Amino acid sequence: MPTQAILIAAPGAVRREVARWSVTLKVGSLMLLVIVLAGIFAPLVAPFDPYFQDYDRVLLPPSGTHLFGTDQLGRDLFSRVIYGIRIDLIVGFIITFVPMIYGVAIGALAGYYGGVLDSVLMRLLDTAIAFPFLVLIIVVIAILGPGVQSIYIAVFLVAWTMYARLARAEMLVERSKDYMLAAKTLGYPTSRIIFRHALPNIIGSSVVFSMADFVLNILLLSGLSFLGLGIQPPEPEWGAMVAEGRDFIFENWWICTLPGLAIVVTGTALSLIGDGLARRFGQRHQAIL
Amino acid sequence: MQFLAYILSRLVQMVPVLFLVVLIAFLAMELVPGDPIMLMLGGRANETMLAALHAEFGLDRPAITRFFSFIINALQGDLGTSIIQRQPVSVIVGERIEKTVFVIVYGAVLAVLVALPLAVIAAMKHDRPVDHVIRIGGMIGMSMPPFWLALLLILLFGLGLGWFPIGGYGEGFFGHLWHLFLPGLTIALFLSPILVASLRAAMLDVMGEDYIEVARSKGLSPRRIMFKHVLRNALIPAITVLSINIGWLLSGAVIVEYVFSIPGMGSLLVRSVGSRDYPVIQGLTVVFALFVMLTNLAADLSYMLVDRRVLRK
Repeated sequence: MPTQAILIAAPGAVRREVARWSVTLKVGSLMLLVIVLAGIFAPLVAPFDPYFQDYDRVLLPPSGTHLFGTDQLGRDLFSRVIYGIRIDLIVGFIITFVPMIYGVAIGALAGYYGGVLDSVLMRLLDTAIAFPFLVLIIVVIAILGPGVQSIYIAVFLVAWTMYARLARAEMLVERSKDYMLAAKTLGYPTSRIIFRHALPNIIGSSVVFSMADFVLNILLLSGLSFLGLGIQPPEPEWGAMVAEGRDFIFENWWICTLPGLAIVVTGTALSLIGDGLARRFGQRHQAIL
Repeated sequence: MQFLAYILSRLVQMVPVLFLVVLIAFLAMELVPGDPIMLMLGGRANETMLAALHAEFGLDRPAITRFFSFIINALQGDLGTSIIQRQPVSVIVGERIEKTVFVIVYGAVLAVLVALPLAVIAAMKHDRPVDHVIRIGGMIGMSMPPFWLALLLILLFGLGLGWFPIGGYGEGFFGHLWHLFLPGLTIALFLSPILVASLRAAMLDVMGEDYIEVARSKGLSPRRIMFKHVLRNALIPAITVLSINIGWLLSGAVIVEYVFSIPGMGSLLVRSVGSRDYPVIQGLTVVFALFVMLTNLAADLSYMLVDRRVLRK
């Protein structure tokens, strides 16, 4: 559906907001919307059952019936890629935004109160930066075994630190501004001052960063699954699908290449949104990280 | 003198992090549900063998004693023995360090060769079509998983054109260069979008500074301004980004080694996690962490070569 149609259908406020978006933000949002809808309506979009093995139709190249071809077990790859949206996008979403919520909260509190809380937090943040994340995730996987729960634990332990750092830095700038003093003078409770007044003004850099983080997290999930340490077959996780196709790369190129394309398209959509948000929030020359 | 004091203070800062790393490595075997020895042997153990191994690993002693002997042994370069490979971990890991370092340095050098010209062009042609193409290209590039890039390069250069080998480590320095070209290129392609973006942003920031305006009004050529003034000052933020991403680079190396069957630490790691070879996992944990910390230290020291003012701060 063209962007125009959505714009006309939307109420005035939304339309004015969208009109201020950059091209990258519009294109990225549209791409992500299509991907999310395809994931939600996967049973309608996917022509075949993603787990169904049809031994009469193994290793078929891409065609009209099988858009992405079939794999060594006769499963339709396009259907598997569509169902894969539900895995990669949801897990990626969780490991990005759950740490963001408490990371921003911790950073905002430390920035607002300062003192001992702040110095303890800064110590923690410095250690987390110096500590190699890869090592932690491997140790967790070595303890708990491969799987998505190991990824959750390792990411939840570490990923919030970047958001805390960003939110704290912004809070330090924000807390001495007039409107904050005014809210304090009016006798509002501190929780209201921090989360209702300050939060909208300090969350910008975290939101922009979260998009790059989301991309990296999808790469992390699919990478671990590719190595056999993440989500296991027969689940249609994109990285695991590429791994399954690796043995057939010489004769059947489509099995390992086409599922990877899904990662690239999803990641590009998120990166475009991140770029657009950086412009929307008025950050001058945004670096990806 | 200042220089030495700085290095010393940085080394002291590393101690608590290193302690945490060793603790986590130690916990890897400690927190495993069930008997780690049993898991490693995979059920093909008899009673006497089990008891002997328990004594060898000190599992009959309290955890705190074991932790301290783990630290003391690690400080002496003894990282334990792999039951599965029946060899000291220091030997197993030691002979693979060189290969991983080669892959990573090769990849980083190629990444700089790819990223530097692109970043300079993007910054010089700011907000013109070339800049947008490079920026959008970077976003697409950043979304490409390294394992997928590696397979594409194998398909294109290895199988299609037949220019480069698609696996192995090769013999001699030039053999390594030739054999590791595709792995190095994978790392470079995977790393350069981040590098281009940060370099470009840093250069644009520097270009807004007063002294660049002064240089311009003195009539210096744009090229001279770019290379003598802008690039030099933009290097610090770029080095920071690279060193922050060293962990990311390392995980890229793990994947690349696995795909191209390079006998380095990364492929060893994947195999050890699969076979539950805990002493090897512990050893690799410590070595990887040391690698990341030393790289960060090297990045900090390199600031001083680029910009002497860092010392005074």
